Amino acid sequence: MRKKNGKWKLLRRILCTAALGALGFTMIVPFLWMISASMKRPIDVMELPIRWIPEYFYPDNYMKVWNIGGKAVRNYNFGLAYVNSLKIAVINMTCSVLTSAAAGYAFAKIKFRGRNVIFLLYLATMMIPTQITLIPKFAIFTQLGLSGTHWTLILPGLITITGTFLMRQYFTQIPDELRESAHVDGAGEFHIWARIMLPVAKPCMASLAMVVFLWNWNNYLDALVFLSDWRLYTIPVALTSFIDENTTDYSLIMAASTSALLPVFLVFLAGQKFFVKGLVAGAVKG
Amino acid sequence: MSAKKLRQLKTDITGYLFILPNILGMVLFTLVPMIFSLIISFTDWNFVKGFGSWEWIGIENYLEMWQDEWFLSALRNTVILAFVCVPVTIALALVIAVAVERFAYAKLPIRLAMFMPYISNVVAVTIVWVMMYSPWGPFTQMVKMFGVKNPPQWLGDYTWALPAVILMMIWANVGYCVMIYTSAIQGLPGDVYEAARMDGAGEICQFFRLTVPFLSPTTFFLVITLFINVFQIFAQVQIMTKGGPGTSTNVMVYYIYKSAFNYYNMGYAAAMSWILFAILFVITIIQWRGQKRWVSY
Repeated sequence: MRKKNGKWKLLRRILCTAALGALGFTMIVPFLWMISASMKRPIDVMELPIRWIPEYFYPDNYMKVWNIGGKAVRNYNFGLAYVNSLKIAVINMTCSVLTSAAAGYAFAKIKFRGRNVIFLLYLATMMIPTQITLIPKFAIFTQLGLSGTHWTLILPGLITITGTFLMRQYFTQIPDELRESAHVDGAGEFHIWARIMLPVAKPCMASLAMVVFLWNWNNYLDALVFLSDWRLYTIPVALTSFIDENTTDYSLIMAASTSALLPVFLVFLAGQKFFVKGLVAGAVKG
Repeated sequence: MSAKKLRQLKTDITGYLFILPNILGMVLFTLVPMIFSLIISFTDWNFVKGFGSWEWIGIENYLEMWQDEWFLSALRNTVILAFVCVPVTIALALVIAVAVERFAYAKLPIRLAMFMPYISNVVAVTIVWVMMYSPWGPFTQMVKMFGVKNPPQWLGDYTWALPAVILMMIWANVGYCVMIYTSAIQGLPGDVYEAARMDGAGEICQFFRLTVPFLSPTTFFLVITLFINVFQIFAQVQIMTKGGPGTSTNVMVYYIYKSAFNYYNMGYAAAMSWILFAILFVITIIQWRGQKRWVSY
């Protein structure tokens, strides 16, 4: 009886793994199709039934996208868009993690007057969708003459309300004794924060950093509204302007998409542990 | 001044110094724009007329939209999208997360495969889906395999465009929910399940009697976050269909975007963005109230 049960369990495990594996595979079919199409000749993409492994490998698509070897009709400046995206994402990631860690620490540990009122204000603005502030930001940036510069994406991204909330929750869990004993030793508040608290909060900061990086990397609506010069385009807007120019060349578009996806993808797979933690804690964009 | 008061003052100054950069950004880029947005939603401001040249028109914007066919279609489509997407995604994710955790080998590769859409660049992924829905993509081929002679044009078809967008949204979000559920499942009390097995409860019984109630706080969290995310769908629609054909995939944020940055009706667009917020707010409140009935801690 017991042995039979064990066999049935093994069978169930194998069947379940097969079914879930198939489901997981279906989820990545779009990516496989993308990579396969990106390496085909334009004419082969339109072939049915789909040949998942291309008959002729055609690396020219990638050379055109990246403007290597003079094959491109024109330079699409994909490299420049990559640099722009990276620049904005890295600046915003670094600054917003620091500002969140500082404010989160103050909200959790420093008993200044008005703390609860201000924090309540933060919580209230967390629910405001970004679309509400988009139009005024556009008007304000135009008025200040910042419209069409990278400042439009950097300035609002220097802080995140969700991140502040996340860091506050984390610091609240840290026992007060740690801070008090440092106080007794005569350490100043900034010293305690930088030398004792930040090292303790490293895992939380890493999670937040990955999430913020992804938000900025994927920020499409703001970039679409604020940027008009192709030299300043980030990856998402560069991609859409690319498909506007090459609507019919599917294999070329897929090569561009693959170029935009793959590198970041690998980084995130490497750091997925931190990333998932960050997502669990702060899923609403702020 | 007493020493105690002085110490409190010092604490105050330190505290405000710590939150200064943060609160500056919050006030300048969230609070001020918010108030500004509320003000212009009561004006007829058209951006072409320039900054400051607006006329106070009271709640006219808020009344006008209920006669606006485009707004009404956007509202209807967004609601359909959310009310199909959210339950399906969450139910699917719950079953997958439990099945992977309990019955599967190679847990991590399966989870990561499902998570891939979520960490990918939205624009790039959407472009891939546009191509997949093309007459040369896998969908058309699959339908043809089942013997359909004239497969629909998916994104170009009035009836199929919205379901096509919904399918993509489910695909994009399910992995995220699986990840969140997984981390919750790993914290479930094993001894309760042990006791249930002793009493002869089968897997299905355990799922409905134990796992689902245990995970109800997570489900509640996911319902709210997904609702908010799906209601704000923009890139997918803007790239896939531009709201068409006709009004079939016109959604709220896309229409707000069009009103503001194609027609420059800033006042009207701002008013619509506040309606969007009101809807999200009401949905969150209702769920908050309702959670007491089905969420067990």
